[in-house]
Amino acid sequence: MTLSALLKRDLLISFRNRGELLNPLMFFLMVASLFPLAVSPDPKFLGQIAPGVIWVGALLATLLSLDLLFKSDYEDGSLEQMLLSPQPTLLLVLVKVCVHWLVAGLPLTLIAPLLGLMLSLPDGGYAPLMLSLLLGTPILSLLGAIGAGLTVGLKKGGMLMPLLILPLYIPVLIFAASAVQTGVDGNSYIGHMAFLGSYLAMTMVIAPVAAAAALRISTAR
Amino acid sequence: MSSNPSQTSAVSTDNGEVWLSGHDLFCERDDRVLFSGLNFELSPTNLVRIVGPNGAGKSTLMRILVGMSAGYEGDVRWKGEDLHRARYDFHSNLLYLGHQVGVKGNLTPEENLNWLVPEASRDEIFDALEMVKLRGYEDVLTQGLSAGQQRRVALARLFIEKKPVWILDEPFTAIDKYGVAELEQILVDKAASGGLVIVTTHHELAVDHKTIELGGQ
Repeated sequence: MTLSALLKRDLLISFRNRGELLNPLMFFLMVASLFPLAVSPDPKFLGQIAPGVIWVGALLATLLSLDLLFKSDYEDGSLEQMLLSPQPTLLLVLVKVCVHWLVAGLPLTLIAPLLGLMLSLPDGGYAPLMLSLLLGTPILSLLGAIGAGLTVGLKKGGMLMPLLILPLYIPVLIFAASAVQTGVDGNSYIGHMAFLGSYLAMTMVIAPVAAAAALRISTAR
Repeated sequence: MSSNPSQTSAVSTDNGEVWLSGHDLFCERDDRVLFSGLNFELSPTNLVRIVGPNGAGKSTLMRILVGMSAGYEGDVRWKGEDLHRARYDFHSNLLYLGHQVGVKGNLTPEENLNWLVPEASRDEIFDALEMVKLRGYEDVLTQGLSAGQQRRVALARLFIEKKPVWILDEPFTAIDKYGVAELEQILVDKAASGGLVIVTTHHELAVDHKTIELGGQ
C-alpha cells in the first residue's frame, strides 16, 4: 500500500459517502439559523454574537465528523492493513487528516460567509473569519485525530472523545473568535493569526506522532 | 478450559535460514494462560498450521507474530532481529489477513485491490479476480456481494502479492469446498516456491505441513 493509493481511496470513499459528509455541514447551518429565532432577530445584537456562534458551530460540527476518521477502517480491518504496511504510521495519519480536512474543515470554511450573512456579521469580520477558519480547522482535524485514535477501539467512546480533545480546542476557539471580533471592531488581528499559525505548526508536528501511537495502542489486542 | 501451559510440538527447520522465530513466548488473557514457554523457528518453504480449540489463542498468537499485540512476554524475531526493530523489513515482506480482511464495502473489488496492492497492474488485478471467480463483479460495490465473495476479494491478493510471508487467520471461512481445495493448493505452491505460510484453520489440511499446537487438553 502506498500513500497516494491511500489518498485516492479515501477521497473515493468520501465521495461515495456524500450523505454522511453533509451531516456536519447541516449541523453548522442549523446552529446558525436557529440562533436568530431563539435569541433575537435584531441585526445589531446578532452581529455581536456572530463570531462566537459561527466558531462554536464550526468546532462542534468538526467534533461530529471525527468518527469518520478511523472508525470504519477499524471495523472492517483496513486499519490493520494500513498499520501493517511498511509506511510510517504518522504519514498514514497525515494523509487521513488531510482527507478529513478536505471533506469537513474546508466545506465549513467555504460556507462560513453565508452564515455570517445570516447572522448579520459586520463587514470587517469576513476576512478574519475566513482566515481564522482556514488556519483553525486543520488544527481541529489534527487534534481530533489523537482523540479519534485513542477511542477508535471503544464501543461506547462517544462522550470520551470530546472530553479528551475539547481542552485542546479551547485556545483555537478563544483566539479565532476574538480575531473575528477584533476585525469587526476595525483593529489589526495579525497577532491572533500569528498565534493560530504557530498552533497549527505545532500540532502539525506533534499530533500525527501522538495519533499514530494512539492507533497502535488501540489496535494492540 | 484448562489453564495448563500449552504443549508445543517442535517445528524444526529444513535449512539453515530462520525467518520468523518465537522465543519463550508467554501470553495470558483475563488471568488465563493461553500459552507459555512457546518456542518455534520457521523457515522459508514451511507451511505451518496453528492448531488448537476455540479460545486457545490462535488469533492472539498470529497478532503477536505480525507485531500487533503488546500483551505478551518473550521475543519474536524476524531473521534474528527483534520484530519491532525490524518492523520495516518485516512488514515489507508480510501479507496478513485477519478476521476482518480490510475490504471496504463501498468500493468495488477492483478499487479494493487497487489500494491494497497498488503495485499490481489492472490486468493482474483482473486475472486475480478471475481466479477467485469474481470476474464480472468488478463494478459492483463489495457490500452487495455475499460473505464468501467479500472474502474472496481479499483472497485475490494471494494471486498478486509478491510478498514472501503469508500469515492467514482462518482463510477458509465462508469459502465453498471447491474454493478451499484451490486455496490449499495456492498455499502449498507458495511454500514450495520459497515462501513461509502460516495459517490457522479448523479445516484439516490434506497436504504435508508443520503444526504449532496450542491449548492444553
